[in-house]
Amino acid sequence: MTCWETIQAYGLRSFGIGERLLPKSDITLCEQTTLIGSGMIWNIYFGVLSLAAGFFFATALAMAKNARNPWLRKPAEWFIFLFRGSPLFIQFFLAYETFVLLPKFGIEFSVLGIDFTATTRWLTRAWLGALIVLFLNTSAYSAEIFHGALRSVPRGDLEAADAYGLSGWHKFRRVTWPTMMRLAWPAYTNEAIFLFHATTLVYFSGFPAWKQMGDALYYASYFADKTFNPFVPYPIVAGYFIVLTLIVITVFGMINRRLNRHLPQQRRQRFRFRPQWIR
Amino acid sequence: MFSYCTEPSQLESLRWFSCFLTNGVHLKFYTSFGTVLLLLAITAPVALSFGFIGAVASRSHFPPLSFLGKLYTAMVRGIPDIAFFLFFVIALDQGLEWLRHQALCPDWTDPIRQGANFLVCPEAKLPQSSSPQIWHEIYNSAIAIFTFSIVFGAFASNVLFGAMKAVPYAQIETAHAYGMSNRQTFWRILVPQMWVYALPGLSNLWMILIKATPLLFLLGVEDIVYWAREIGGSKTSAYTYPHPDWRIYYFLGLLVFYLVFTRVSEIALSRLTRKLSHGQATLAGEQQRREA
Repeated sequence: MTCWETIQAYGLRSFGIGERLLPKSDITLCEQTTLIGSGMIWNIYFGVLSLAAGFFFATALAMAKNARNPWLRKPAEWFIFLFRGSPLFIQFFLAYETFVLLPKFGIEFSVLGIDFTATTRWLTRAWLGALIVLFLNTSAYSAEIFHGALRSVPRGDLEAADAYGLSGWHKFRRVTWPTMMRLAWPAYTNEAIFLFHATTLVYFSGFPAWKQMGDALYYASYFADKTFNPFVPYPIVAGYFIVLTLIVITVFGMINRRLNRHLPQQRRQRFRFRPQWIR
Repeated sequence: MFSYCTEPSQLESLRWFSCFLTNGVHLKFYTSFGTVLLLLAITAPVALSFGFIGAVASRSHFPPLSFLGKLYTAMVRGIPDIAFFLFFVIALDQGLEWLRHQALCPDWTDPIRQGANFLVCPEAKLPQSSSPQIWHEIYNSAIAIFTFSIVFGAFASNVLFGAMKAVPYAQIETAHAYGMSNRQTFWRILVPQMWVYALPGLSNLWMILIKATPLLFLLGVEDIVYWAREIGGSKTSAYTYPHPDWRIYYFLGLLVFYLVFTRVSEIALSRLTRKLSHGQATLAGEQQRREA
């Protein structure tokens, strides 16, 4: 098989499209690169979707944690503590066991007189179950970052907003939120990088890879098991992830420049590697 | 454990549980908590010393050394730590066996890699297949600890490198002005002062390290996750203590263990930070001075 045929056969294997059987013997470099690259689609899928959804939930959580009302503040604090204080690995296991215990046929409930049937079948599959865990996890970590940034929004900015007669939603949307984002962004970039790294844990933590449709690291460890040579597949994964990290840094850097565009050059916050947002 | 435990199927629930929770596998489960704490206690200082070496190497004036140090420091930035864990466990094992092979069997002519096999001479195997089970377990744990230390050493190297740069330059200049050599300046001025700058990063690292311990399960150590899965899985009536799938309760237990552990560490570390900031020329130290 030429390399181009391999790409056609295995390029979308992680989604079940193409060749059914994984290569078993005489594994070529091209097959490893293709299949691991195909697995990267899952890493990007988990990372992008949970980041996108988690961003909004994290903003809400940060506001709730900053609220004076204990009925808002306490649940937010406990949520953040629960997800930041425990390992992601355990969260995955626990979520999977919970989802397995849910009744298979679905849960019936009615809202406003209309009957719904929630299918629980998909929750035990990684694409949904693991996505939910990652979403909740990144929400908690991001909420902590956003909360810290919210607390350090300069008082002068808020007073100026008051002086302009802004209040409520307008004040939040026009003054508080943009400043909070600007202050949080370097740390949030770290969070995004480590979230993408954390997606590699999905298929090692209870969620089974259905029909051998797994992520990059799943295929890498498959190859390492088959060839008993870790020196090829893992560097390939590493290469893919370095590229992914560079893309994340570039995209987040562009957003950072936009958030800081009104500031003089020397007061702008730059991205710095801070490993505390790792799970 | 208890005298009435001889016939568990006859017991009512409270006694049944008192027997169940103290049977042989449960005792192994409880000792595995100790294993995790022990591994953590070994890994933390080893990783810290790796980090120190990495940070010193990156500061070196000898270009190849500083390049190596910077490479080590940077390697964890772009690559997931789990990939390193899975890689190093096999790579270290094969590397050690290859070294022993070169040393012990110099006249072995067959290639080591034959297709999907990694063949070294029998004397080079680690641990020897004749050695008792305990050696296999110790070898596995040692590989796991070393792997953990390499990866978290790189994180620590990041922190310490930053902390060394954070020490005010005037301190170094003053030391030079007093005629101290580079070595003296490093050990007497830089290293004692850097810890207060390194502490926030190191505290975070400790939390990360705690939260990474379940990954020992992936490295083949029989840790708490391993036993929770083993014991929790449903047991048929062929077993002495039959029960349905209880893994969720075991994992809930582990969750609580980790929450308590991280919380206690957080409190202890914040106390330590207060203590170390005392009398330092930092914001926190200045605040303490004003309050006093």
